[in-house]
Amino acid sequence: MSARGVILVITEQREGKLNRVSYETITAAQKIAAETGWSVEAVVMGAQVSVAAGEIAAKKLEKVYQIHSPALGQYTADGYIAALKPFLAEKLPSLVLFPHTYQVRDFAPKLALALDRPLISDAVSYKYESGKLLFTRQMFQGKFVADVSFSGEPPYFATVQAGSFRADQAENGPAPAPIETVHAIIENSSIRVKPHEMYKEAKQAVDLTQAEIIVSVGRGIKEQKNIEMAAKLAEALGGELAASRPICDAGWLPIERQIGSSGQTVSPKLYLALGISGAIQHLVGMKGSRSVIAVNKDPEAPIFDIADVAVVGNLLEIVPALIEEVKKAKAEA
Amino acid sequence: MKILVCIKQVPQKDAPLKLNESGSWIREDVSYEVNEPDAYALEEALRQKEKNGGEVVVVTAGPARAQQVLREALAKGADRAIHLEGDEFVRLDPASTAKAIAAAVKSENFDLIFTGLQSDDYGYAQTGVLLAEVLGWPHSTIILHIAKEGDGLKLKRELESGYFQDMEMPLPAVLTIQSGGNKLRYATLMGIKQAKNKPMTKLGWADVASAVGKNGLKIERLYIPVKQKRTETIDGPPAEVARKLVDKMRNEMRIL
Repeated sequence: MSARGVILVITEQREGKLNRVSYETITAAQKIAAETGWSVEAVVMGAQVSVAAGEIAAKKLEKVYQIHSPALGQYTADGYIAALKPFLAEKLPSLVLFPHTYQVRDFAPKLALALDRPLISDAVSYKYESGKLLFTRQMFQGKFVADVSFSGEPPYFATVQAGSFRADQAENGPAPAPIETVHAIIENSSIRVKPHEMYKEAKQAVDLTQAEIIVSVGRGIKEQKNIEMAAKLAEALGGELAASRPICDAGWLPIERQIGSSGQTVSPKLYLALGISGAIQHLVGMKGSRSVIAVNKDPEAPIFDIADVAVVGNLLEIVPALIEEVKKAKAEA
Repeated sequence: MKILVCIKQVPQKDAPLKLNESGSWIREDVSYEVNEPDAYALEEALRQKEKNGGEVVVVTAGPARAQQVLREALAKGADRAIHLEGDEFVRLDPASTAKAIAAAVKSENFDLIFTGLQSDDYGYAQTGVLLAEVLGWPHSTIILHIAKEGDGLKLKRELESGYFQDMEMPLPAVLTIQSGGNKLRYATLMGIKQAKNKPMTKLGWADVASAVGKNGLKIERLYIPVKQKRTETIDGPPAEVARKLVDKMRNEMRIL
């Protein structure tokens, strides 16, 4: 390890564009650096990354590494690990931070174990206590949080949950950070999988991102026939109907109405969550909503942690009453 | 194909969980069930066996109570089970769990290993990927569809924001399975009866301890999250709740 600790942020880009959670991870790294006195460096990787590297270099960073190779053009876990393992073994940073994306979930645990180091996944915050770095992560579907520490020597690995830090708080540097080019040597034979192009299945007939009011249903709706009730409420409010993953998995609503990490990310004026417990994968898709009303029979449901208004009760009784009341209010207006 | 399915017993979805007295972990006197993504992993394995023949073996690491999820898997059609039994397997970090499972099956030649994409209790989403590293196998995550093609597999992976990707992969491999790809089956009465005579191998901590090594992560404390938002609770009979909500929608949220 170098004399001064280094936090290395492995960013994620697609077609030359860095995603928002990469910037959020830079913010997390800068905050940790401010407490630990460590410096922050970033990695951009791919087949052609100079644009993305130039973009991230505007942030307050000690250095930006652009790791490139034709073999990194399309993501594979084998390719990414082949590029990063020797790089990290040489640099030995104190901490390696990643955005917690589907892609990172696919390779970061393997990379960490290839270097015989532990990884704390899906961190929502951190603590620096008497020289010890802890990451806070949700457990038991968000009902509890845990402060987790690493044992052994650095480098330590952690992934940061989307929405845990603010991208617009990533500080710019006084001058662009120096960019160092790293040519990754990746044998074609080391890539064992053959990925095809990405595609979308459902035509996005509904664009929930533009909806001002969303009525969203979860497991607590109990039966398919009760969806109709939620649809009526959405109609009365002039909003869109949406759902958490289990409802779409069951085929009760089409997948293009799914909110969450595998569906759409929305930020309406009102998000009315009916019978949604609030698993992390759902919350990341709606926690930017301006107001959240949640109805759930379980007073401990994690959805209540981010709700402005909590109703503990039976949605099958509350929704019909609410439909009537909304209709009355609309008629008066 | 010979398929191993890693399954985990987790607290039931709506079980009220409480912290233990020392605040180090949950109180374990709750109801348990199989981790939902693991149930989909088992379903996929059983369908592969129906299509391509072979064997489905289920494994879990956990205390005696965890045997229940193995029994259920046998009743649904798995051929045999391996139970890494002991309290030592609770609170283990994902790398140690992966090493323990790899050690338990090292003398077998599996073509495929399935896990759920993550567990509903710890939610690390790492064990399957790490198992691939321990075994030196390729892997892929968040898989929705699997077809055997020639000597390998054609897979459908889920990506973020409604995207998907197909990929080809050689065997042996580790795959983490997404929920919802198939409809889950129920155990039949016949299946439940037959399960009683299916083999269940038991291994203890001592059998795998040398392969596991040191825990790399330590859970320092577990606690109820500090709320970031001020939440107002509304209660009363449904009609009254509805009136109060509409009042808020009109006067505070200004959406009516």
